[in-house]
Amino acid sequence: METVTLTIKNQPELYLEADNITPDAFAGKKAEEIAALHVYIGREQHQLGDFFEVSGGAGATPEETKVVVNGDLSRVKYIGMKMTGGEVVVNSNADMYVGAWMQGGKITVNGNVDAFAGTGMKGGEIVVNGNAGNYLGAAYRGDWRGMADGKITVAGNAGSDLGTFMNGGEIVIGGDVDVHVATHAEGGKIVIKGNAKSRLGGQMVGGEIYVLGNIDVMMPGFAYREDVDIEMDGIKGRFALYEGDLGERHRKRKGQLIYAKLYQQIGA
Amino acid sequence: MAEYLIKNGFVFDPVLGIKGDAADIAIKDGKIVETSAVKNPKVIDAAGKTVMAGGVDVHAHVAGPKVNIGRNFRPEDKLFGYKPKNGIERMQGGFSVPTTIRTGYDYARMGYTTVMEAAMPPLYARHTHEEMRDTPILDQGAYPVFGNNWFVLEYLKNHEIENTAAYIAWLLRATKGYAVKVVNPGGTEAWAWGLNCENIHDPVPYFDITPAQIVKGLIEANEYLGLPHSMHIHANNLGTPGNYQTTLDTFKLSEGIKPNSKFGRDQVMHHTHVQFHSYGGEGFNFESKAPEIMDYVNTHDNITIDLGCVTLDETTTMTADGPFEHHLTELNHLKWANADVELETAAGVVPFVYSANNKANAVQWCIGLELALLAKDFTRVFLTTDHPNAGPFIRYPRIMKWLMSEEARKQQFDAFKHKDKVIDATNLAGIDRELDLYEIAQMTRAGPAKSLGLAHMYGGLAPGLEADVAVFDFNPNEPYAPDDIEKAFSNAEHLFKAGVQVVRDHNIASNGNKRTLWVNAKVNENPQVMRDVKEKFLRYYTVTLNNYEVTGHYLPNPYVIEVDATQ
Repeated sequence: METVTLTIKNQPELYLEADNITPDAFAGKKAEEIAALHVYIGREQHQLGDFFEVSGGAGATPEETKVVVNGDLSRVKYIGMKMTGGEVVVNSNADMYVGAWMQGGKITVNGNVDAFAGTGMKGGEIVVNGNAGNYLGAAYRGDWRGMADGKITVAGNAGSDLGTFMNGGEIVIGGDVDVHVATHAEGGKIVIKGNAKSRLGGQMVGGEIYVLGNIDVMMPGFAYREDVDIEMDGIKGRFALYEGDLGERHRKRKGQLIYAKLYQQIGA
Repeated sequence: MAEYLIKNGFVFDPVLGIKGDAADIAIKDGKIVETSAVKNPKVIDAAGKTVMAGGVDVHAHVAGPKVNIGRNFRPEDKLFGYKPKNGIERMQGGFSVPTTIRTGYDYARMGYTTVMEAAMPPLYARHTHEEMRDTPILDQGAYPVFGNNWFVLEYLKNHEIENTAAYIAWLLRATKGYAVKVVNPGGTEAWAWGLNCENIHDPVPYFDITPAQIVKGLIEANEYLGLPHSMHIHANNLGTPGNYQTTLDTFKLSEGIKPNSKFGRDQVMHHTHVQFHSYGGEGFNFESKAPEIMDYVNTHDNITIDLGCVTLDETTTMTADGPFEHHLTELNHLKWANADVELETAAGVVPFVYSANNKANAVQWCIGLELALLAKDFTRVFLTTDHPNAGPFIRYPRIMKWLMSEEARKQQFDAFKHKDKVIDATNLAGIDRELDLYEIAQMTRAGPAKSLGLAHMYGGLAPGLEADVAVFDFNPNEPYAPDDIEKAFSNAEHLFKAGVQVVRDHNIASNGNKRTLWVNAKVNENPQVMRDVKEKFLRYYTVTLNNYEVTGHYLPNPYVIEVDATQ
């Protein structure tokens, strides 16, 4: 695997829309060609090389390309957008839309990500070693097609509106989450190792939420069913199972209505 | 103004009767002239290319409040679709509900120069005109909706044609409207009561009038006034399996009524997006009744129709047929917007994904094309998608491809998941007809222009007509693949609008000098109608008359068509 290293040298005055920072856009290119790829600030078009020092070179395909981005990227959006393969390592905080509409490959962020990371994600993996902002793994504004597949792991906390319209895939949060989890979800799995606030699973018709900590307010549309023992992915213990959202229309499978499931840990 | 001579193109023009012969077209002072009348023209070499008049779209939803609801509640429709400003070309965005700027440019790129907004709620006429004003290049007009209007319902209940006509004349003037549009007559008003009108004899709640009375009365009032266009209807029961009977019943309401118009049209009823109204069968087993529908259309000269072809895209449905949009959101469970327009109408908006994997959508696709391929007179059958309901207007060239190439239709059949079931429910697979460009020009130029009563301006290349001329990079005499048709007609090489070159070498070259057409119908003074108008505004409307009428600055470049019905 070949490695391209980008180091930010000029901070943009506003925000940089850098959806070209992907193994897909870099594949088959030398450092000079990569530096000539475009980025936007508002409606103005610039070159990647105006803001980044580019070294190394890309592999022939996205799968053979690793991109390492260094420096303060808190004003850089869309890193790894729509990538299909290869690897991106971000050694900083990053702005919005990291790995949005991602289809394959892996993104590791050694810092925090702002909102909309993994929006409409279809595959691949995002690992955030800091905190995530709002709308992690959610659908784009207005769209009803959220995260479909892939995995997002956040070591720290996540903001609100996590997994909105989620259809598949997995999101694991090491810390706490803000309000609105898996709103409108029809599938997928969300694991919250810390505490949750309220409005978990509003209008959710399929999929699973696991909460290991506290839930401040349970949605009235979720009903307690039974206590169950769970052992999966290093999680082990006794959980209370709730089903919902009872106020919604639910699909049937073999004559049985399918509900979204919410598990809250109640014992070791 | 510059003079132009478009030399040696293969001309397809139903007005002149030219069927692909090489000919020269001359332009001077915004009009088409005899080639001998230009002295020092700029010459456009069109040898090996196709030349047609500018396209005329008789029915599209391109401006006004419900289009804007679609834009507002579908940010995902704009995702990744923006194109930044480039020279004189302004910023563009949106796919199925594009910005006004993209609407103008994309029509121009297809060689279209005149586009009618198919449903203007009178109360929001100002908004509609603001959007049309901001749509570059195209000449436009808008049809106010009348089929659920309380004035109309009250007058027609007692068959008061003269009062209805006086009200129509007043409203066309107040809203700067072009024609009488009817959407789900009575049914949209019934929707305000949570109901619908499911056939033409199903009475409207409270008003005690039937859709049949509304339709017939509005045809008679339209002919009393002698308006340029006929009554333009979207009948009851749109989209319901078995609805073809309601469509035929609606068609029959035009029987025995003769056109009274000095504008050269022959029809008294235009039925729009007939694809949605040609279904037999029940539930999910619905089937094509296009042959029954076209048997009627082919044998009755006093109606025109447009197709409403499904293009198999993700799109945004929007109509003044409120109950239908509720039905649709119950069907696909996607987001729904619903609006009530006081005494006048209503509207609904729902996104919709027409999929080749869905049998019903594939059957709809077949029906739209069948209607065209079973037609006998292409000056009465027009190509539309009921944009954006059955698909975005940018797909017109794709529909041309399907109509002109059996091979292209076969490719689409092969892409259907339920191919055999679709073939069983339709007739298209057994039709080998391929339309030619002359027939396409009838469906997209001469026909709609005549139906609109605008044959004296648009739709042809005869001297004296507006210099709306399109040149396409397409040689009909050389072998071509089906996709070449779509490519060429999506991307006109040159386009002239009223003598101004708006597309040059496939690029937008000018924002044109768009005009808004409206009809000023003079009628005898009618104190009763004027008293009713004043009273309704005092009692019921949330706005005063002064805040209702569309005045000067909404139409910076109006084109008024005068009609005198005072005799």
